[in-house]
Amino acid sequence: MTVQEFATNNGLEIVTQGDVSRTISGCYIGDLLSLAMSRVEEGQLWITIQGNVNIAAVAALTEPAAILLAEGRRADEETLLRASQQGITILYSDKTAYELACLLYEQSR
Amino acid sequence: MAEQLVLRYPIDGENFTTAGQASSNLKKVLKQLGVAPEIIRKAAISMYEGEINTVIHGKGGEAEVTIFSDELRIVFRDHGPGIPDIEKAMQAGFSTATDEARELGFGAGMGLPNMKKYSDELSIESTVGQGTTVTLIIQLR
Repeated sequence: MTVQEFATNNGLEIVTQGDVSRTISGCYIGDLLSLAMSRVEEGQLWITIQGNVNIAAVAALTEPAAILLAEGRRADEETLLRASQQGITILYSDKTAYELACLLYEQSR
Repeated sequence: MAEQLVLRYPIDGENFTTAGQASSNLKKVLKQLGVAPEIIRKAAISMYEGEINTVIHGKGGEAEVTIFSDELRIVFRDHGPGIPDIEKAMQAGFSTATDEARELGFGAGMGLPNMKKYSDELSIESTVGQGTTVTLIIQLR
């Protein structure tokens, strides 16, 4: 399933748009950047509640298919700017990380 | 072991917003040089953790990356407070990061452990009150 399809199916807001035709290959959930840095794999969906600019730095290095901010959390302006510049997709949802991961699992089967 | 390329990156102390730029640049350079993706990943993780440590703990400094034909050497130098107990600093989960750093998602006590895990050699020289130098070697083959 692509980022675009997952976003459309689940009413996720696409806030910054990188390559939304990328296929999502699983997800990583985490808010500690050192852990995310070493665990997020290329092509995964990274679900987090961190919205500061350092998520763009971590995403630039780990290349997830998209960053998904759960629980209604929002990224700050600088983060959105940096993500746009670097072609990183950021999605918003009000659902919890668990709910989102379940949706991804069910819809990827 | 012939020296090929030296990259120098100044690291701004206490500025969390620019952290990651040196890592991002290094990643691009290694990609252009055709380095294997799994080695680029190791280098990027180590570089990012080093950058963050230099920002949070070192109060700024510099990173010097030397790319040899067979290995990568990354040296982080800062003139911060130094590390009183290096063995303790190497323990996963031990952190002296500020609340501000923790709120941003740092301070998990994984910086140095990650650098050790994702490099082939790690050495730390530190003098309290004078600063810290962390040297990493990553094999390119």
